Amino acid sequence: MQLWLIPTLPLAGFVINGLFGRRFSKSTINAVAIGSVVLSFAWVLKTLLGLMPLDAAHIEHYFTWIQSGAINIGCDFAVDRLTAVMLLVVTGIGSLIHIYSVGYMAHEGGYYRFFAYMNLFMFFMLVLVLAANYLLLFVGWEGVGLCSYLLIGFYFTKHSATTAGNKAFIVNRIGDFGFSLAMFLIFTTFGSLDFGSVFHQAPGASASVLTAIGLLLLVGACGKSAQLPLYVWLPDAMAGPTPVSALIHAATMVTAGVYMMARSWPILVHAPAAMDTMAVIGIATAFFAASIGLVQNDIKKVFAYSTVSQLGYMFVGVGCGAFSAGIWHLMTHAFFKALLFLGSGSVIHALSGEQDLRNMGGLRTKIRWTFLTMMCGAVAIAGIPPFSGFYSKDAILLAAYRHEPWMYWLGVVTAGMTAFYVFRAIFLAFFGAYRGHEHPHESPPVMWVPLAILAVLSLVGGWLFQIPDFLRNFFPVSEAPEDTSLMMISVASGVIGIFVAWLLYVAKPAMADSLASAFRPIYTTLYNKYYVDEIYDAAVVNPLVAGSEVVLWKGADAGMIDGAVNGVGSLARKVGGVLRLLQSGNIRSYAAWVLFGSVIAIIAMAIAALPLGGLQ
Amino acid sequence: MMNQIPISWFLTLSAVLFALGVAGFLFRRNIITVFMSIELMLNAVNLSFVTFSYQNKSIHGHLFAFFVMVVAAAEAAVGLAIILTIFKNRQTLTIDEIDSMKN
Repeated sequence: MQLWLIPTLPLAGFVINGLFGRRFSKSTINAVAIGSVVLSFAWVLKTLLGLMPLDAAHIEHYFTWIQSGAINIGCDFAVDRLTAVMLLVVTGIGSLIHIYSVGYMAHEGGYYRFFAYMNLFMFFMLVLVLAANYLLLFVGWEGVGLCSYLLIGFYFTKHSATTAGNKAFIVNRIGDFGFSLAMFLIFTTFGSLDFGSVFHQAPGASASVLTAIGLLLLVGACGKSAQLPLYVWLPDAMAGPTPVSALIHAATMVTAGVYMMARSWPILVHAPAAMDTMAVIGIATAFFAASIGLVQNDIKKVFAYSTVSQLGYMFVGVGCGAFSAGIWHLMTHAFFKALLFLGSGSVIHALSGEQDLRNMGGLRTKIRWTFLTMMCGAVAIAGIPPFSGFYSKDAILLAAYRHEPWMYWLGVVTAGMTAFYVFRAIFLAFFGAYRGHEHPHESPPVMWVPLAILAVLSLVGGWLFQIPDFLRNFFPVSEAPEDTSLMMISVASGVIGIFVAWLLYVAKPAMADSLASAFRPIYTTLYNKYYVDEIYDAAVVNPLVAGSEVVLWKGADAGMIDGAVNGVGSLARKVGGVLRLLQSGNIRSYAAWVLFGSVIAIIAMAIAALPLGGLQ
Repeated sequence: MMNQIPISWFLTLSAVLFALGVAGFLFRRNIITVFMSIELMLNAVNLSFVTFSYQNKSIHGHLFAFFVMVVAAAEAAVGLAIILTIFKNRQTLTIDEIDSMKN
C-alpha cells in the first residue's frame, strides 16, 4: 500500500523548503509545506480505506537496516488499528495546524525555516507511529525530540528560548536513556526488536524481566510525555511559536510516550508492578500539574500545565489497563488542546504578542470567532457531556475506580481543577473589561477556519469516534461496567469547577484576590510551581555546574589536559635550551661534533663487527 | 706495477689524506683552506673507492668516484660563489668571525 509515502511526503517538503525556501515566495513555501502534509493525510485516508477492516497488522518490509550477528533490524512499517488512530490524529491535526501557521507566522522572520522544521517533525512523528520495531520507533522518537528542540529555540535571539530548548533536550535524554536500556533488555531477552516477534514471546518471559522492561519503558515515556519527575521541560517549551506548542507540545509528540506504552501492552500486562507505577505517576502528575495551572497568569503556561495534567490522565488510563481509554483521551485531547493552544495563539496574535491574562479581558466581543471556538475547547476539556473530553475522561476515571478507588477520587478533584483553570483563563481573557493597551483585531480566516474545524471535532469527536469500539479486538478486554453515579460525580466536579471560576472571575472579581491573600502560602507555592525548578537547580543543576567548573574544567581540563599539553611544550623548551648551546654558530665546532659522531659510529661498527668473544 | 704495491698502502695513503683533510677542516681559520680540506677529504675517499674497485674487479667503485667528482665540481662552484659573497659582505674570510647564526 506504499506506506512509505506517508512520511516521505513531509520529508520532501522539508528538503525542498529547507534547501530552497530562502528564495521562495511565501505562497510557494505554503504550497510545499501544507501540500506535503495534506497529501500525506490524503494518502493515510486512502491507505486506511483500502486496508479496512484492518483486523491484523499490515506490515511492509523495505530493506534490512542493520544486519550484524544476531541483530537483524529491518526498515519496516506497519499499520494496525492503533497506528490508524495515531496516523489520522497526526496528519489530520498536523494539516490544520500547518494551515493555521500561515496566518500566525505571517509577520515572523524565518518563515521557511519554521515550515521546514514543521515538515521534518511530521516526518519523524509518522516514522515513530508507523515503525514496526522498537529501534525504528526510537529513530522517530529522537527525531521528534530534535525538531522539538529546534522549534522551541525558534526565536534563537531570545536567550530564554534557547535555554528552554536545551532544557527540553537534556531532560529528554534522561528518558531516552531509560528507553535505550529497555531496548537492550528487550533484545537480550527476546533476541529481536520487532513488535510482532517480541510481543509473541512476551508471555513466556519471566515476570521480573518484563517488569524491568516495563519500568524502563516507563522512564522513556515519562521523559517524552512530560510526567513526574521529568515534566519540567514542557512548561518552558512554550517559548516556541504557538503552533509548535499546539502540534508538538500538546497534540502529537508528547503523546508519543502514551502511544509507546499502549503499543507495548503485551509486555505491560505481564508486568503489573510497572503498570501500577505508571498509573500512580499519571494520577500524581495529573493532580500536581493541574494545581499549578490554577494560578498561572501566562495563558500558554496555563495550557502547558493542563497538557501535563491531561497526559497524566492518559497514563492513568494505560496504567489501569484501559489502553483504549488512554488512546481515546489521546485523540480527544489532541482535538481540544490543539484548539485551546491555537485559540490562545489567536488571542496572542490579536493582542500583538501579549500573553499575560491580567492584560486581557473583554475580548468576547472583539474577537468573536476565537472566543466561540475556545469555548468549545473549554467545555470539551472540562468534561461536560456530551462533548469529547467527557467520553474519554469518563472512561479513564471508570477504569481508575475499578483499579484503585482513591485514584478515581483524585482524578475527580483534578477534573474539577481542570474545569476551573480553563474557565479561569477563558473568563480572564474574554469577560469583564479590557485591561490591555493594544487594539485587538480578529485573526484572518486562515487562522479561525482551522479553529472552527477543531471546535467541531472537540464537540463531537468523542461521540463520533468511539475508539474503544474501534480498538476492541486490539487491546485485551477491559470492560468497565457503566456506572452512572460515578459519571455524575465527575461531571458535577467539572461543573463546580466552572461555577467557582465564574464566581471568582466574573461575578465577584475581588474574591479571587482576597482568597489569594487569605491562603498566601499555598498561593505562592502554587504560583512558584512548588519550587520544583528551584529544587532541581539546587539538587542537580548547580552541583553539576559547580562540579563541571571545579573538577572538569579547572581540574581535568585546565589541570590535567592543559597541564600535559603545556608540560610537553615546556619540556621541549627546556631540552631545546640545553641543545641550543651546541648551536654556537661556529663552523669548526660543528665540524668537531661531526667528527666526534663519526668516531662514535665507527667504534660502534667495529664492536659490532668483532666476532663474539673477540674482546677476550 | 700495481701488483707489487700492496693494497694497504693505497688505503693508508687514503686514510692519511683524509685525516689531513679533517685536521685542516678543524684547525684552519681561512675559509678557502677549509674548503680545500673538504676537497682533500673527498679525494681521499675517491682513492679508497678506486682501490677497492681495482681490488674487487668491479666497476662500481669507479662509478662512485666519478659521481663524487661531479658533485665536488658542483660543490666547488656553489661554495666559491658563497665565499665570494661572504667576502663581499664582510671583508673577511676568517671562519670564526662568521657566526651570525649564534645570536
